Amino acid sequence: MIYSEKVMDHFQNPRNVGVIKDADGVGQVGNPVCGDMMTFYIKVKDDRLADIKFQTFGCGAAIAVSSMVSEMALGKTLEEAMKITNSTVAEELGGLPKNKLHCSNLGADALHAAINDFSKKQAAARGEKIEGAPAGEKCYCPYCEGPIEGIEEFCGHCQLELEECPHCGSFTKKGEDKCVSCGAEFDLH
Amino acid sequence: MRRVYLDHMAATPLEPQVRDAMLPYLGEKFGNPQSLHSLGQEALEAVEEARSHIAGLIGADASEIFFTSSGSEANNFAVKGLGLARREKGSHLVLSAIEHQSVLHSAKSLERIGFSVTLVPVDKHGLIDPEEVKKSIKKETALVSVMLANSEVGTVEPLTEIGKLCRSCGVPLHTDAVAAVGNIPVDVTELGVDALSLAADQFYGPKGSAALFIKKGTRVLPFIDGGIQEGGRRGGTENVAGIVGLGKAAEIAKFGLAERVEKMKSLRDRLIDLLPRRVEHVVLTGHREKRLPHHASFCFEFIEGEAMLLNLDMKGVAASSGSACTSRALKASHVLLAMGIDHALAQGSLVFSLIEKTSSEDIDYLLDVFPPIIERLRKMSPLYTKFLEEGKK
Repeated sequence: MIYSEKVMDHFQNPRNVGVIKDADGVGQVGNPVCGDMMTFYIKVKDDRLADIKFQTFGCGAAIAVSSMVSEMALGKTLEEAMKITNSTVAEELGGLPKNKLHCSNLGADALHAAINDFSKKQAAARGEKIEGAPAGEKCYCPYCEGPIEGIEEFCGHCQLELEECPHCGSFTKKGEDKCVSCGAEFDLH
Repeated sequence: MRRVYLDHMAATPLEPQVRDAMLPYLGEKFGNPQSLHSLGQEALEAVEEARSHIAGLIGADASEIFFTSSGSEANNFAVKGLGLARREKGSHLVLSAIEHQSVLHSAKSLERIGFSVTLVPVDKHGLIDPEEVKKSIKKETALVSVMLANSEVGTVEPLTEIGKLCRSCGVPLHTDAVAAVGNIPVDVTELGVDALSLAADQFYGPKGSAALFIKKGTRVLPFIDGGIQEGGRRGGTENVAGIVGLGKAAEIAKFGLAERVEKMKSLRDRLIDLLPRRVEHVVLTGHREKRLPHHASFCFEFIEGEAMLLNLDMKGVAASSGSACTSRALKASHVLLAMGIDHALAQGSLVFSLIEKTSSEDIDYLLDVFPPIIERLRKMSPLYTKFLEEGKK
């Protein structure tokens, strides 16, 4: 099996699947080109996540990641929930296959996007305006794990020059002698 | 739990007769076919007998069969060997957009040393228009390579017509027939091809054993420089047991092929006809009629292939998918994209491939266990929720 027992458990019995119709915040990340798409809905009470529901279009890892994020975040304060990162989620799941890391790790982002959405709405209600991180469609840079659109030559975050691996087609740092995803050795001349 | 294996494009079971034929060459008959003593000569005879059986299966002469280690190697051998041999005449290649990676990447390798490549598009059924091939051929074209049948969508291409026009243009034609040989009748003269790849693991033979047919008189560069094995074109000590297995599988495949095709077709059609009645929002990929007899492929809307595969596996059903998440490259299948299928739909791709030993109960089992899986995943999908709310895709 390519996945750990814990991943399979969350994939088979995902926690908190669904939609909250009158959600206080909604966050959506990913796109079908990337492979995965997640939507998180949150209810906030006394600064805590009172309810979380999610929907995911994607592979086993993506579904398990969303489920784990929802479980980790439920009951936490907004501040605590913002500290959940993609890597702590992967850790809680007992690890993920390397080639599943960059596109499956949208879970924490989707949760954060929902929290940001909530904060923005709160601010708007108070007549203020805040700049939250824009949620959107993104893939991940294989090195800094920063979001990339999937077709550019540079990662917008670490400014790494990217190129497609001629063997497997995934992104790798330019000038690298091996593909980070499939391990194929590159012809450097 | 019932086990239903529907991933025969990936591997077919080794036929017991084939295994029995191979075993002596993994035991007491260990000689090297290049040795002059009787143990060596015994191995040589076995290799040559296998060569005749393969030639017999595809209507070739035994001297036109070259053994390789895989279908991918045969494709590399053909594209690089035939392409480079005609380099002084020109360095242009014509391929279909839906070729196997071993053909596409061989061409990419040649691009790095100065070749240019034209990819011929396909229609929404994955069919190649021979006229498009003709339009792509130039004075400098060194080789045309078009597959006989596509393993991801099952479409069988109009190779005979393409063969005719390549002959009229004087350009050699290679076909990757790995998915086809052993499963449909294949005759190299009828197809009019100069080279053809086939692999044993597609028709009850062992993995690691395949062959390239190269028509007599075709110029080709050696693929592995070495000794005199395979007429000096592919050096290296022969994989005797594997070759014997391929030969035996070819001998068996020729026998009763027409009946096997009919049997497989009826099972395939049962699946293709019944599945869309049990599940909504599903499309057949590939051509409905012009397709491999053992191949049924679909795209399921709003859900992703790997999630379906994992769930099917838990129910004992083995299948495969062209979704980005199932590929190590995390990219959607180039075949589906070339057919104009969008990324979201391509993510829901699933391929079922059977053999004549598959039973109609196996198909019924799939039809029973699959719809609840699809329903469960759709309930989880934001795309499906959006569709239900907005009423449009």
